Amino acid sequence: MSAERVTTVVVGAGHAGLAASHFLTARSIDHVVLERGAVANSWRRERWDSLRLLTPNWLSRLPGLDYDGPDPDGYQTAGEVVDLIERFAAVTGAPVRTETALTSLSRTDDGYHLVTSAGELNSRSVVLASGACNVPVTPAFAAAVPPSVHQVTPFDYRSPVHLPQGGVLVVGASATGVQIAAELQRSGRQVILSTGEHVRMPRTHRDRDVLWWMDASGVWDQRYDEVDDLTRARRLPSPQLVGGPKRETLDLNALTDLGVELVGRWAAVREGRALFSGGLRNVCSLADLKMNRLLAGFDQWAGITSPAEEHAPTRVPARTRLTLDLGSGEIGTIVWATGFRPDYRWLDVPVLDEKGRLRHEGGVTGSPGLYALGLPLLRRRRSTFLNGIEDDARFVIDHLAASLATPR
Amino acid sequence: MTTIDNGVNVQALLDAREVLKGAPEAAQFTWRANSKWTKGVHSTTTIEKFFGLGQEQTHKAETEFASDHPAVFAAEDNGITPIEYLLVGLAGCLTAGVASVAQNRGIQLRSVEATVEGNHDIRGILGADSDVRNGYNDIKVTFHIDADASKEEIEALVAQSQKRSAVFDALTNPTDVTVEVA
Ligand SMILES: Cc1cc2nc3c(=O)[nH]c(=O)nc-3n(C[C@H](O)[C@H](O)[C@H](O)COP(=O)(O)OP(=O)(O)OC[C@H]3O[C@@H](n4cnc5c(N)ncnc54)[C@H](O)[C@@H]3O)c2cc1C
Repeated sequence: MSAERVTTVVVGAGHAGLAASHFLTARSIDHVVLERGAVANSWRRERWDSLRLLTPNWLSRLPGLDYDGPDPDGYQTAGEVVDLIERFAAVTGAPVRTETALTSLSRTDDGYHLVTSAGELNSRSVVLASGACNVPVTPAFAAAVPPSVHQVTPFDYRSPVHLPQGGVLVVGASATGVQIAAELQRSGRQVILSTGEHVRMPRTHRDRDVLWWMDASGVWDQRYDEVDDLTRARRLPSPQLVGGPKRETLDLNALTDLGVELVGRWAAVREGRALFSGGLRNVCSLADLKMNRLLAGFDQWAGITSPAEEHAPTRVPARTRLTLDLGSGEIGTIVWATGFRPDYRWLDVPVLDEKGRLRHEGGVTGSPGLYALGLPLLRRRRSTFLNGIEDDARFVIDHLAASLATPR
Repeated sequence: MTTIDNGVNVQALLDAREVLKGAPEAAQFTWRANSKWTKGVHSTTTIEKFFGLGQEQTHKAETEFASDHPAVFAAEDNGITPIEYLLVGLAGCLTAGVASVAQNRGIQLRSVEATVEGNHDIRGILGADSDVRNGYNDIKVTFHIDADASKEEIEALVAQSQKRSAVFDALTNPTDVTVEVA
């Protein structure tokens, strides 16, 4: 059986893969977009019911598709993001092959060989846009949690009513963790939030969305090769932000006000007990200091010297509990909001580092013709978010086109 | 070029970080202590050798540490209480961290003093109340730092030194401990 030939294959029909397709089409480079599910699969299958983007509508722009709706300062639901990405796919006329999963990608003499659930392909170049958040990460000690406690990841979690009775231990205080913790506590559950290093942010600063400042002040434009500790910056947890009509701040103080109990980072399970770090105060002061520095930087950029609204230091309970008996029935569920990682099981090209992360320079891998899009801080800080894709995809496709033009 | 000098060779540490990123085996250290009972609750611990960077290493000199308990414990007080050694470790580690981070951030230190207090309910070790733990209930460290820096920068130094502190981690997180009879 002979494999089909195309110049370029894009893996994944999220906004990143579709943006790649947009620029490939603009350059008349023949290509296909492989998608294991439907367009915007992650937003259809891997988000909880109440999720809204933490980025405002006007910032959720895609190449050639600025927000033109009635509520630029609002925040879209996951369903609205599906609509947005579907519209993007339609406008760009992306050649998407849905229900087509890539199962193997390997090098050939003049490009790549791809095996999919619907046949084989050969191409000169490949753009990996298969997502940075394919698998929820859970710590190894999750296996030591007694079976009486129900465990869910953000991929399985839908809403409070789907969880068994009892309290909930939410692990991780990134955007996902704080959003789920708040929703559960409001639903009448007692929530304990295990908190390690986190990124605190107010929803607004001087009456503007804090992400307006990130965008306008140039923080989000910082390039990957200007960042001090790139590995660390790429692993930064998402900011404690939630999108909602009231533009509320959802930091740890807000959660404490709701009645959520804060504990330190979950370190181990011993004899059926969860053991939490006693270092909560330090991660909170680190987050407070960083937030204050960020906001002061915004003011400095804007040349504003009048004092801004003060943010109270994170209130850490005088005594946080260090252990929790997992078998006592106090908690019925654990929600692991401990991050996500990409899934590269099908990748047979040696471009992963010792930790399984893709090695690349701003989206260009060491394997000629192999590119990546949609990874955190791929080229700039804004790469992590929807609105970062335009510049990234333009650059990557320019590079790809130039390499196609070079005679081999 | 920074002209400040806290006496920390930060460049060597940064270089080591780069080298060890690609050589995790060399980063495996084993610290060792040997102790000997003297009499009563008095014992002496010596420290000289350790393992690291793939080979046996030796301190410039062997150091002896006496552990005992004070008179209020009906002991002879030939040395500090073992649990006080944890305070020594914590103070030493955080202070080293402050100096290193300050050096790295170009902050000249003039003086760094820390007071470390560990609150300990001794009913635990006496077996007087099984609800009381044996170890510290909590520990408080108070730094007094005189440096060419704002209050915020000094707070950031102290926060960062905790973040990278071996002893802070060892005290705030559980460690798997095996005790055997050979
Ligand atoms: C919970 C959560 C909330 C987020 N909130 C925001 C936000 O508010 N604002 C913001 O800007 N960003 C947000 N992000 C970050 C980012 O915008 C999303 O992760 C976004 O989905 C990334 O788009 P993508 O196109 O890179 O990847 P994805 O949307 O994940 O698309 C990748 C596609 O590749 C497909 N695929 C994967 N493997 C294969 C394979 N082997 N074969 C074929 N197809 C494959 C998948 O099915 C998927 O459709 C959030 C992320 C998460 C996880």
